[in-house]
Amino acid sequence: MVRTYFLLAWTWTRAAAAYPVSFWLMTLLGVVVAGMDVAVILVVFANTTTLAGFSREEVLFLYGAASLSFTLCDLFVSNIDRVSQHIKAGTLDVFLIRPVSAWLQLATDRFTATRAGRVVQAAVVLGYAVTALGLDPGRLWMLPVMLATGVVIFTALWTLGGALQFVLTDAPEVTNAFTYGGQQLTQYPLAIYGRDLVKAVTYVLPLAFVNWQPGLYVLGRDDPFGTPEFTRFLGPVAAPALALLAALAWRQGIRHYRSTGS
Amino acid sequence: MIELDRAGRSFKVRKNVVHAVRDLSFTVSAGEFVGYLGPNGAGKSTTIKMLCGILTPTSGRVRVAGLDPSRRRTALARRIGVVFGQRTTLWWDLPLADSFELIRLLYKVDRAAFRARLDELTATLDLGAFLRTPVRQLSLGQRMRGDLAAALLHAPEVLVLDEPTIGLDVVSKAGIREFLLRLNAEQGTTVLLTTHDLGDIERLCRRVMLIDHGRLAFDGTLEALMATAPGQATIEDVVTRLYTGGARAQQ
Repeated sequence: MVRTYFLLAWTWTRAAAAYPVSFWLMTLLGVVVAGMDVAVILVVFANTTTLAGFSREEVLFLYGAASLSFTLCDLFVSNIDRVSQHIKAGTLDVFLIRPVSAWLQLATDRFTATRAGRVVQAAVVLGYAVTALGLDPGRLWMLPVMLATGVVIFTALWTLGGALQFVLTDAPEVTNAFTYGGQQLTQYPLAIYGRDLVKAVTYVLPLAFVNWQPGLYVLGRDDPFGTPEFTRFLGPVAAPALALLAALAWRQGIRHYRSTGS
Repeated sequence: MIELDRAGRSFKVRKNVVHAVRDLSFTVSAGEFVGYLGPNGAGKSTTIKMLCGILTPTSGRVRVAGLDPSRRRTALARRIGVVFGQRTTLWWDLPLADSFELIRLLYKVDRAAFRARLDELTATLDLGAFLRTPVRQLSLGQRMRGDLAAALLHAPEVLVLDEPTIGLDVVSKAGIREFLLRLNAEQGTTVLLTTHDLGDIERLCRRVMLIDHGRLAFDGTLEALMATAPGQATIEDVVTRLYTGGARAQQ
């Protein structure tokens, strides 16, 4: 499956590389646009020393962790949100007659290697924050767990969004609220938001486990909202649960696919 | 090879339920060459999409090569070849040869078997001149031959063709018909063909099925089809009579 994924991704990359100038410009542009997010954080901290009790490096740490998970998914699975386009164009049929899962084919469809620039940008920010903070080495094991949790959560959200598009064929943008909205939300410490919103993204849509809860553990901080210590470790439970839900929704979507007349 | 037992597919269109196909039963044995006819909107494409697992039937049972298409879609994909005349299954921006190589990897076809098969298809479908051309630059006739080759690289037992000769000139049409006849005769591939071109049916199909309003209206040999209207001289007249007559019977 991984082999098939990279095979398809490589095919699209090769097709895109036929236009090298565009390829490199897009990569560069991706880095610049992503850099704006960091610029905003730096501007905020030019005027204050803490944001909701978090220092500049701590905020960059939370931002970097969420961004790295998000950009990895943006690179590898985000094309799944073009389901509705394929439904409308009638091209989804073609994916369904091949002996490879439709999910895998859609995720790699028009794979855009230029998005790798943003992954690098996020990794650099996270790397800087981890070094600058001088974190407790005994807690760093959580870092890979946290990134994996984030990747699973965003992948599940994209899949859910894709599944939803089988129903909401005419309003695919609705699903962006979960994916891109989730990214926007997790860029900052959740402490800046209201209690109800934070409750919702902890217990309903588990975005809090992308970076916030595990991040508090890595940073050795208490939750300003007072969730108990064990909540920091619930990511590896919440993420697979969401992934299961997404997989079931996806299956239902495919089974209820109506195709187009021809 | 293909079995439908009271298969049906309905769609909800706003508050109404539309039965695209209802209570459809037929069997196609291995090695048959069957023409599947019907007026526009009769349920031909819906049937075909149920056969490849794209659409899940809402009632009844469908089996292709012994598999339930909607549940075992990817397993079935290795044993069935599908060609849509209206849209390509090739990768638009890739040269034809690269599309084929990708299909080899996706279908896990052994390299030597693939080589032999591709050489054979290149010769019989005359693909040599445009193997290196990106699919988007191919003419319709070239693209259709490319699509046919792509559907056959994994040596499927069943080939399902949805209007494969649509928009083709007489020479391209003749070439494709010739190829399909040989494929069926020499390799024993089961072929189900939908078309609006009755010349395809006359040239290729020993058996004809006619669907109208989602139900089977005729199933028999080409001779028996002609015999349904003794006075009519051409297949066009016979089929026109069946299409309009069938519509009248429904009302």
